[in-house]
Amino acid sequence: MIKISNVSKIFKGKKSEELIAVNQVNLDIKSGEIYGIIGYSGAGKSTLIRMLNGLEQPTGGSVIVADKNLSELKGRTLRKARQEISMIFQHFNILWSRTVAENISLPLEIAGVKKNVRSARVAELIKLVGLDGKENFYPSQLSGGQKQRVGIARALANNPKVLLCDEATSALDPETTDAILDLLVDINQRLNLTIVLITHEMHVVRKICHRVAVMEAGNIVEVGEVLDIFKNPKQPVTKRFVSQVSEDEESKDTTKHLLEKYSSGTLLHLTFVGESAEMPILSKVIRDYSLEVNILQGKIAQTRNGSFGTLYIHLNGTDEEKGKVISFLKENEVGVEVVEHA
Amino acid sequence: MLKAYFPNVDWNIMWEATQQTLFMSSISVGITLVLGLILGMLLFLTAQGNLLQNKPIYALVSVFVNVFRSIPFIILIVLLIPFTDFLIGTMIGDAAALPALIIGAAPFYARMVEIALREIDKGVIEASEAMGASTLQIILKVLIPESLPALISGITVTSIAIVGYTAMAGFVGAGGLGNLAYMEGFQRSKDDVTFVATVIVLILVFVIQFIGNSITNKIDKR
Ligand SMILES: Nc1ncnc2c1ncn2[C@@H]1O[C@H](COP(=O)(O)OP(=O)(O)O)[C@@H](O)[C@H]1O
Ligand SMILES: [Mg+2]
Repeated sequence: MIKISNVSKIFKGKKSEELIAVNQVNLDIKSGEIYGIIGYSGAGKSTLIRMLNGLEQPTGGSVIVADKNLSELKGRTLRKARQEISMIFQHFNILWSRTVAENISLPLEIAGVKKNVRSARVAELIKLVGLDGKENFYPSQLSGGQKQRVGIARALANNPKVLLCDEATSALDPETTDAILDLLVDINQRLNLTIVLITHEMHVVRKICHRVAVMEAGNIVEVGEVLDIFKNPKQPVTKRFVSQVSEDEESKDTTKHLLEKYSSGTLLHLTFVGESAEMPILSKVIRDYSLEVNILQGKIAQTRNGSFGTLYIHLNGTDEEKGKVISFLKENEVGVEVVEHA
Repeated sequence: MLKAYFPNVDWNIMWEATQQTLFMSSISVGITLVLGLILGMLLFLTAQGNLLQNKPIYALVSVFVNVFRSIPFIILIVLLIPFTDFLIGTMIGDAAALPALIIGAAPFYARMVEIALREIDKGVIEASEAMGASTLQIILKVLIPESLPALISGITVTSIAIVGYTAMAGFVGAGGLGNLAYMEGFQRSKDDVTFVATVIVLILVFVIQFIGNSITNKIDKR
């Protein structure tokens, strides 16, 4: 559905210094996929996604979306192509001067849809995004989550093939974020819509993305299935993003605290992925090996293609038994890391 | 009763002068509105980083607007006498005041239009571009509606300035309340005529302000 080849974007500064916002990026996004692009602020995510609908022209490479080479289109053909590639935004960007229904109607007016067809379509969209009864409200009367629903309805109006989301949940509280993410999954499944989503929150990727690309300083540094990335993050940035979800913010303090408390024995940090997260591996350890097992702290997170969990346990026993337990865990696809005393 | 307080006021002449003021003001406001919108829109669209970014056009319009906005109105009238003569065929009368009124007010309003448009959330413009809107569609469906309260309060302020300018235009022989106050009231020392003419101008200003405010309040849904 989307093929980005060797795409670069270089901004020229005032004193002719150059800023490489996007550097030689390649991506291949399949039809019906929810594809996440994660990176910290300034990584070049917005610049990259804006090249997918021609809001920004690449300085090199080609961008093909829905069989159209966006980097070659201009004027009328570009505008026509944009009607198939919708976008939602962090700050919603809906018009204060229009009601909910009128806002949703705007892209239809732009596409030249007749009035009676428009109002039927608007009614349908209002139902789809769950804004029944709010059609005549003005944006100032809506909550953030409701405004984003208007943004989504508006984006879906012309039956796009691709939906681009630029930090679509970053201005929302956690509960509203989850509701909006659920809505995105729902429309992805119902309409088989391809969604490209950029974010700096791993939680968002974990919850709805099939695949993810990690971006740092204009480069895509890691790409993969979400669960694989969780299981085996390679780059330091990726590891930091994964730990956003798998560990509490205080987890550094926690390990320090645990190490102080359990100065004897061995502290293990386990990672469970996919099936192993759901199997009773630990109870087997406790039953079958002659050592003392303390379960200290754990967390489990659900992704689109399986669950992912982390657990701290403490083992007290002979080195031989401990070695057996570690190899047993590894055999069962559990990631094992011995937490060393500092 | 009125006769007792305002012995020198001829109400028929006063009414005629009021009509002349209204005529000059409303025609000027109408044309200023259109010209100011076009110039202001041009300034906004051709500015750095905007939809029709164009340095030479922006510089040209900007200089034109700044020059005519800076010239005091009374000097503008004098400067425009040859132009008016050519355009209207006469240098005196109500219509003769119109070119000066419009050229004085349109650049003033154009700047206000530009400022109003700059206040629009950039994200909203970007969203409409992303929807595939043409520049004309963006102007009509986004830029004007999203800046309408500021555009209206701008034309309110401009209209009030224009009413003031028409009074000054009395000096070049245009009719209206200003002319009446000067010729009758001042030169013949009929203070009551000056007083009544002033009160009518004040009422006009208040009415314009009231209408402007009511419309702005009604349409602003932010
Ligand atoms: N129009 C622009 N002109 C110059 N530099 C820009 C422009 N847009 C973005 N940049 C720069 O490009 C880099 C990437 O920005 P952006 O794509 O917005 O990052 P992100 O969305 O990941 O936070 C930043 O250093 C930013 O300052
Ligand atoms: Mg961004």
